[in-house]
Amino acid sequence: MPGKLKAKIVAGRHLPVMDRASDLTDAFVEVKFGNTTFKTDVYPKSLNPQWNSEWFKFEVDDEDLQDEPLQITVLDHDTYSANDAIGKVYIDIDPLLCSEAATVISGWLPIYDTIHGIRGEINVLVKVDLFNDLNRFRQSSCGVKFFCTTSIPRCYRAIMVHGFVEELVVNEDPEYQWIDRIRTPRASNEARQRLIFLMSGELQRKIGLKVLEMGGNAVVGYLQCFDLEGESGLVVRAIGTACTLEKISSTLPATATHPSNSSPSKDMKEPGFGEEAPGVPLSSGPPTPLRAQTFSSFSPSKSYSRQSSSSDTELSLTPKTVGIFLFPSTPALESESSPLPSAHLPHHLWPGMASRSTTPPPLRLSQSDTAILRKSVSFSEELLLAASGMGSGGSAGKEGGPLKALLRQQTQSALEQREYPFFTLAAFPPGFLLHVGGVVSARSVKLLDRIHNPDEPETRDAWWEEIRQEIKSHAKALGCHAVVGYSESTSICEEVCILSASGTAAILSSRFMQDGPLDTEHRLSRQPLCVFSTGSERVEGDMGSSASLGFEEVVSPGCGFCHIPYDELNIPFPAQLTYCYCCRRYKVPDVLFTTIDLPTEANVTGKGCLIQARLCRTKKKAQGEGNATVISNLLPFLEYELHTQLMNKLKLRGMNALFGLRIQISVGETMLLGLASATGVYLTALPSPGGIQIAGKTPSDITYEQHISNMQKKINDTIAKNKELYEINPPEVVEEIIGSPIPEPRQRSRLFRSQSESSDEVSELDLSHGKKDAFVLEIDDTDAVEDIHALLTDSPTPAGFYSCNTEIMPGIQNWTSAIQMFTSVRVFRLNANLTNQGLNKIFSDLCENLLKSLYFKLRSMVPCCLCHLNFTVAIPEDELIQVAVTAVAMSFDKEQLLENGKQSGEKTLIKAITENDEQLQFNLELNAETSAPNPLSSPKGLSEVGSHLSARASSMEKASPLPEGRSRSLRSNRSYSGSSVAVVKMTPLSFIPGAKIIKYLGIINMFFIRETTSLREEGGVSGFLHTFIAEVFAMVRAHVAALGGNAVVSYSMKECVFMENPNKNQAQCLINVSGDAVMFVRESELESTSVQTQSATTHTSNGAEGT
Amino acid sequence: MSVELDVFVGNTTIMDKEVYQLWLNGYTVNDAVKVRIEGGVMEECEASAEVLLSDTMDQYRTFQMCERLLHHPAKLANQLLFQIPPDRQAMLIERYYAFDDSFVREVLGKKLSKGTKKDLDDVSTKTGITLKSCRRQFDNFKRVFKVVEELKGPLVENIRQHFLLPDQLARDYAAIVFFANNRFETGKKKLHYLTFQDFAFCAGQLINNWTLGAVDNIMEDMDVDLDKEFLQELKDLKILITDKDLLDQHKSLVCTALRGKTNVFNEMEANFKNLSRGLVNIAAKLINAKDVRDFFIDLVEKFIEPCRSDKWTSIDVNLYLTHYTNSVHILDTFKHHAVWTRYMGVIKSCILRMYHD
Repeated sequence: MPGKLKAKIVAGRHLPVMDRASDLTDAFVEVKFGNTTFKTDVYPKSLNPQWNSEWFKFEVDDEDLQDEPLQITVLDHDTYSANDAIGKVYIDIDPLLCSEAATVISGWLPIYDTIHGIRGEINVLVKVDLFNDLNRFRQSSCGVKFFCTTSIPRCYRAIMVHGFVEELVVNEDPEYQWIDRIRTPRASNEARQRLIFLMSGELQRKIGLKVLEMGGNAVVGYLQCFDLEGESGLVVRAIGTACTLEKISSTLPATATHPSNSSPSKDMKEPGFGEEAPGVPLSSGPPTPLRAQTFSSFSPSKSYSRQSSSSDTELSLTPKTVGIFLFPSTPALESESSPLPSAHLPHHLWPGMASRSTTPPPLRLSQSDTAILRKSVSFSEELLLAASGMGSGGSAGKEGGPLKALLRQQTQSALEQREYPFFTLAAFPPGFLLHVGGVVSARSVKLLDRIHNPDEPETRDAWWEEIRQEIKSHAKALGCHAVVGYSESTSICEEVCILSASGTAAILSSRFMQDGPLDTEHRLSRQPLCVFSTGSERVEGDMGSSASLGFEEVVSPGCGFCHIPYDELNIPFPAQLTYCYCCRRYKVPDVLFTTIDLPTEANVTGKGCLIQARLCRTKKKAQGEGNATVISNLLPFLEYELHTQLMNKLKLRGMNALFGLRIQISVGETMLLGLASATGVYLTALPSPGGIQIAGKTPSDITYEQHISNMQKKINDTIAKNKELYEINPPEVVEEIIGSPIPEPRQRSRLFRSQSESSDEVSELDLSHGKKDAFVLEIDDTDAVEDIHALLTDSPTPAGFYSCNTEIMPGIQNWTSAIQMFTSVRVFRLNANLTNQGLNKIFSDLCENLLKSLYFKLRSMVPCCLCHLNFTVAIPEDELIQVAVTAVAMSFDKEQLLENGKQSGEKTLIKAITENDEQLQFNLELNAETSAPNPLSSPKGLSEVGSHLSARASSMEKASPLPEGRSRSLRSNRSYSGSSVAVVKMTPLSFIPGAKIIKYLGIINMFFIRETTSLREEGGVSGFLHTFIAEVFAMVRAHVAALGGNAVVSYSMKECVFMENPNKNQAQCLINVSGDAVMFVRESELESTSVQTQSATTHTSNGAEGT
Repeated sequence: MSVELDVFVGNTTIMDKEVYQLWLNGYTVNDAVKVRIEGGVMEECEASAEVLLSDTMDQYRTFQMCERLLHHPAKLANQLLFQIPPDRQAMLIERYYAFDDSFVREVLGKKLSKGTKKDLDDVSTKTGITLKSCRRQFDNFKRVFKVVEELKGPLVENIRQHFLLPDQLARDYAAIVFFANNRFETGKKKLHYLTFQDFAFCAGQLINNWTLGAVDNIMEDMDVDLDKEFLQELKDLKILITDKDLLDQHKSLVCTALRGKTNVFNEMEANFKNLSRGLVNIAAKLINAKDVRDFFIDLVEKFIEPCRSDKWTSIDVNLYLTHYTNSVHILDTFKHHAVWTRYMGVIKSCILRMYHD
């Protein structure tokens, strides 16, 4: 059914001079949608034309509305020759198709040209009238909301999480078309930009259709990527998590004072009030055993054995797939996984390859195959058997009895009905995530071939299907039925493409899940039960199905997710299990690796930090299949070493868990690059990591011995220093927990009880204490020495700085409103003929130096934390390494840190953040405006703020604290009203500190190409890229502002492809960015109407909760 | 092995005031890094020289990209490329348009032409200010001059509005524009002891009292040119020295008033006719453009130097000028009281300002 798109061109400003003679421009505008074009009149001789056009109306199908962008071209009228294009604006009108997003696009948008960049701005008005509100879902997917955010968006609640959606579309890349030889690069780039806009629209529509089919109304964690496959075409693919979301009405006082992410208890209460709403989030609650029986038609053991056989054959026989990697949660596992490649590789076949690739077992394997690698190659089979055999009926029965097994199986089968039980979410509603198994990942090396039929991109689909199957089976091996924090990526060099997927194996509560799209009656029938249960046992209800049914006793949400999902007697790998250090009831692994964000309710000791493993491997130049073989042979070793590095660095920091793990492997002609980033933390529930011990191989040499003992000392010192730095004071005995957050008293007493009750547990614990120290690093050759050196060369973050690649930093709560998002790109040229070690060092230094530069740049924000540090590496050319970082620096207040540490006790992290920020904001406003007498404007409050601000003032700005304070507080967007350009904040995080997101205005997904033929004149490569990135930011901000927003959250730069040809004085760059446009209000402003009373109440409530 | 590309772009544009100043001062990146290292920023922030170099280059690039906006400061507020908080914008503009007193002394009163610009390297050697910085300052003068030259209305207000400058800086620019337009000679050796602020003060006096805009408040007024009619009328003051009686009468009035009130009474008495002739002759000649240029030299030669050689204090000068001005109004035959007041008010304040070592 059709809709009507209306556009009005109001005015232009800052246009470039197009007529040299008059120094003016005769501008007019073409407005194009689909195949219809309108033109405005020529506005002669002006750089600030006022067209004030009529409304141009396009009557189109809503399918087209979703696919096509509105294309606005500004031209200079020329009587005698062809009109010159000044530039273009592409407007994605998707946000206008959803009733809950933006209603109009209106504002100044930059006019962009691929050669000249931004050339002035144009003021436009765009509206959409959809005629058919009732039946429009039939033909298109208008109205499905898209979010880049990888958690449930702040002003919504999840009624249902349906699961994984994916789609890909392919096309020929205009740059590689024959016509490119006769047209200008500019025309070709413009065609490319337009095509990608179209393809993104189409992709989004198709995903939307799938979501509607599943019964959802939104996609959360939407991740769209481009594969520029060169001659074989252009692939745009996307994955996401389909959900049914419901907007939380903002009139509720509870949600006005606390953003939707406040304490779980609060969220739990709400459904109680809103009984009438069908399918209130928690309503699906604990499924009844009765219901479970409907699924028990096949026995658990049977299902698993079936799986085991299939995975077995898959692993050994799957053609084309190489280097499947399982990241288990223990160090022991990686040692096991290293034999994997040698066991597998011989089986791998390449398309059209005559002989099997026979990889001689590399030397390194035998080297490390000693103390830590106790198992021989034959183990791999054992591993597979163990992995596939686990979770069988017998073993499950051991732990929780048949009913528990049944329950678990119920959610499992719910998930198994789906093709892929994957979730792109990285943070979850409370109670959704029950247990985490570990990281699962799979990679595959493919040879690109021409896509013959763009409408049926079967090969690409099949490739991804293979990988997803792998992931699914790995998750099974870890006893998990779902994969969370799931993402996919590619790296392309010439005709070789590495496809990667990774996620975290997990067990989820069935509460938010639906078994099929049609069983709505079931949900409804279950509802009353849940309302009851959530009302009576708020926190306990959190624990999911098994908890409320009494099979597991109430477990603290702070440690539950750490408890192993696999069966301890049939562990897929020899892990060292101990009893949970929080509840002492369930087994936990000694180390936990995940790709998700740190759950807000997790108990963490001290602070976290960014941990990176970096690796460079040279490879021989090769072509086609040979090349693919070489790469696939190298991959497992690369992953193994990255993993070892991660583990060592984690131990060196005295931590025991990694969150947000992201491993990127990039392929070039002569090398492979691996970069693993994660945030290390000390999970209170997990055992304290042992130290690192160095063992030498040649004891005869005394100087060598000395060297080793020196090194050992250095390592020990570093660990001690790090523990102090990150405030890791793990309790020797439970009651001595010093770090935040402290378990509530009730919980603690229960802990003691459980300890004293089961004396055998305690003894077992001691045993494990003795075992865990033995993490041995062997020095048997120069390689190992280098490794250790590399380990120690990571310089600590400077004072006042913290860093992480997750959304939030444990232990830091009181963010100020000062945030600074940034992108930094570096390209490094290497010398030819470097050894692996040399390369490693260079690559590692490159990353370290980049980090150091960031700290230096942002020193005026101290104390601050760099959050969501996202590194992207690429090998744009032979001997070039490109590293791009996007992150946000957020200031926090040190003075309040201690206080809050004490108070926050049982409060969840986020809640504390928002509340404290609220207070601070409020004070700041007072300070700046000196409003009427107020309970809060006590001298103490003022001086406190003053001192915070002066502490934050940079070394350069030694002005008196108060004026400084004023200027700082001016950052609040309200104070900007005097300036003619609205301030738009950007952040890769899903929230804005001290503010409440009141509306999501739609997804921002923009693609730009910039080229130059006068590179030197534009300041060289750096000048060129600097301008381009600044322009991209400007365009994102302008589009957000036009939608009526004042911030972009979950912002990311997904592609930054830079190519240069200095000899020709040319360069070209492609950038793809995405995020969610939102409208936020400062919490202080929210309160401004009833400042005194409201803040007073929040204060008292704070106090009440604190005591 | 080398870093081929290195950029940092913040959503809010990060600008370090110190680096900005170094850039404005025309330091090369390497020199700026040296200065920063000496400034101790490295120890403070645990940075290395490499980091400092990268940061400096990046900031320099940012400033270069901003420079074209700074040429039209009003654009800075409504451009979209850089997100800069308003207080930062004001800082950027103010510092960009700030100038060195030693530089402005060199070009003050000169025609802001290409020729002058060519001689900037000499100025640079003489003042020790980098050529780059000299050029920026010179171009700023020229840009402001060009914009306000054609504008009606009060000069200072025009500058403040078009270039968003703080009041004091706008006044200084008004002085520079005024001097450049009237081509006042300021470079002669005898004037070397005068600072820019001395001249700027005098310019303010002239603008406020001697231009057309000073008397009429019509919008078409031009503050840049002296009031021709007034200059014409100044010729009438000559009677004060040509008429012997008036001169004697004037002298006796002043002497009576000053007797016993100053230590230099005798010198004053002896010099009265010379000084009076000097001041009145300056007035009478101002109708010629060439003599306008020599206005400050004349003041120094005809009045300040004689007084100084007689060791007058500035209190003496003040006393003398006050009575010298007021006594005229008692003379019965003198009729040009308004012109005299308008003339002497400026002369008195200028001389008092200029009367120092």
